Amino acid sequence: MKTLSLALRNLLRNRRRSLTTLFAMMVGAITILLFGGYSRDITYGLQTGYIIRGGHLQIQRKDYFLYGSGNPAAYGIPGYKQVLDVVAHDPVLAPMLAVATPTISLGGIAGNFDAGVSRTIVGTGLVVEDRNRMRQWNDYGMRFNIVPSALTGTADDAVVIGNGVARVLELCQPLGVPNCPPHARVDRKPPEAGKDAASAPADIAALADMAAQDAKASRQQPAKSAVASEPRVEVLAANVHGAPNVASLRVVKAEKQGFKELDDMYLAMHLSQAQRLLYGAEQPQATAVVLQLHHTREIPAARARIAELLATSLKGADLEVQDFESLNPFYGQAVAMFAAIFGFMAALIGAIVLFTVGNTMSMAVMERTSEIGTLRAIGIRRAGIRKLFVSEALLLGLIGAVAGVALAAALGALINHSGLTWTPPGQVDPVPLTVRVWGEPRLMLGTALGLTLVAVISAWWPARRASRMQIVDALRHV
Amino acid sequence: MSGSANVVSMRGLAKTYHLDAVDVPALMDVDLDIRSGCFTVISGPSGSGKTTLLNMIGCIDLPDRGEVTVAGQAVQKLADDALSDFRARHIGFIFQNFNLLPVLTVEENVEYPLLLSRTPAAERRRRVAAMLEAVGIPDKARNLPGQLSGGQRQRVAIARALAPSPQLVLADEPTANLDSHTGSAIIALMRDMQREYHVSFVFSSHDPKVLAEADDAVMIQDGRIMAVERDRRAPAPEGVRP
Repeated sequence: MKTLSLALRNLLRNRRRSLTTLFAMMVGAITILLFGGYSRDITYGLQTGYIIRGGHLQIQRKDYFLYGSGNPAAYGIPGYKQVLDVVAHDPVLAPMLAVATPTISLGGIAGNFDAGVSRTIVGTGLVVEDRNRMRQWNDYGMRFNIVPSALTGTADDAVVIGNGVARVLELCQPLGVPNCPPHARVDRKPPEAGKDAASAPADIAALADMAAQDAKASRQQPAKSAVASEPRVEVLAANVHGAPNVASLRVVKAEKQGFKELDDMYLAMHLSQAQRLLYGAEQPQATAVVLQLHHTREIPAARARIAELLATSLKGADLEVQDFESLNPFYGQAVAMFAAIFGFMAALIGAIVLFTVGNTMSMAVMERTSEIGTLRAIGIRRAGIRKLFVSEALLLGLIGAVAGVALAAALGALINHSGLTWTPPGQVDPVPLTVRVWGEPRLMLGTALGLTLVAVISAWWPARRASRMQIVDALRHV
Repeated sequence: MSGSANVVSMRGLAKTYHLDAVDVPALMDVDLDIRSGCFTVISGPSGSGKTTLLNMIGCIDLPDRGEVTVAGQAVQKLADDALSDFRARHIGFIFQNFNLLPVLTVEENVEYPLLLSRTPAAERRRRVAAMLEAVGIPDKARNLPGQLSGGQRQRVAIARALAPSPQLVLADEPTANLDSHTGSAIIALMRDMQREYHVSFVFSSHDPKVLAEADDAVMIQDGRIMAVERDRRAPAPEGVRP
């Protein structure tokens, strides 16, 4: 007869108490797993969003990450096509790559000349076909509603702006932007050519004249095509020499962005257009080469390989590589926050299990004092007594953990098929509420082992007390 | 075991219990030899020190002073684990309240001490069957203790005590919780087992029926040995173990 068999029978002696303890453990396991599965889903959702928008890694000019946002033209990569060529044909890196694409980030001012309004924007120049492929990335099986970019199939002068930009630029009506109630505003007349420009420096005045003439001409021309009737914005950005450059661009769509701060500044355009704005007739550059990998777990290997390439094939290009966590600090903060909440919750539940199992084992020791004396008298060692009670807690822990994991997986499946939706941070559209329990072996195993360990630890003190009893005192116990 | 004819030898034994602020002497300067292969009864009034003396012999309590030698071993020199192993090999216990493990069947209760002494499985099965046959309850092997009468439980306890072939069996008031008829039957059974297995039996009891069966009788009062009667039953016991 093995100790575990005896332990199991002892647990069955007081079924109600054992079941109550098991119930507490199961509730603990379910709580940990459901919250763990939920936070895991949020983490995966956030990560997927960032990977779709900005890839896993970006090759940038050295110090662009720290200083480039203020002067993107100065931190461009002149040889970005060579960089693309090297990474795309590298025998180590290529198998890991899903997409490699150049991009430009720029700051500027977007204006609606007709309405006499403008605002600062953060523009992105992108290769639409590449970005559409990036949107297909779904390593974690997220149930996002991914649609191609609104820039797909458009001419070079097309842009997509955030809903917030559209509101400020008073383009709600033509773009069909919701939530644009009438508002009190300072009535401003559209600038007249030469009037406002008279007080500006000569080069700015000339640009303003040109823009005003262009806008007037476009308004005076009857709609020759559908393109001409679409809303336009004038985008002003500093070029590589620090001089202002203006482009009149056609807004094809306003899209809501996940964060209001981004929604109020977002403007996406074709890469070629962004390059013209920043570099004019000079050699076109990119501010980063975006690399999207097949799997996030490949980041360390890919990063190491890129470091090798930067030291060999791309030596002298003065480049560095950043991963998506560095580029998006919010991701790390969100993951850390959920980890902290999860840890706090797990510790709380661990404490509850600790005291519940400890209480159960203490009562068992008290009730079986005479039995402990008998066992010691007939020759069982102190360690044998300890082993017996720890084995009972181990069994309690194992049964409670396994049952808890099974129930949590079942509840998770039920929630996942319930049709509940929610809008995760950074997302625009509601997504199905998903709890990832099944398919997360580390989470399940960690929870089960953790609870079992807590159960065993909680039995240690009562077991020690039992083993140290004086035999004659234990035998006298009634 | 040594070649001594005494299975237990005590010299200058003393034990005092400390109850709150009061010291209660339980044994004082006890010198006692218990012969091997005998049916020895320790008798005396309540509180006289019978159970304390039995606990010293059974190595489940240690004296404050004096020496106890059981089966040739000076038990004070043994560490706790060694003492546990010693009990498992050399001493069987029969308790007033039977003290069977309620979650184990009859045969498992009898088998338990054999597991502690790491007896091979085949030998365990053979000895359990033989013991249950000897105590007359082979048909109860699969029953739980709760399904047995008091007499049957005490038979299981006797089988459990004798299963590992100890040199000494201790019984603390073994008939106290049994009716007169069953008590007599249990005494007779133990007497038979003692003769068959040549084991030394030591009882604490003030039951006259038990006393009547004793080869040797030890009278104790106020923690002191008042008298020792030897060979109360003729002829002298046989089968003293070497």
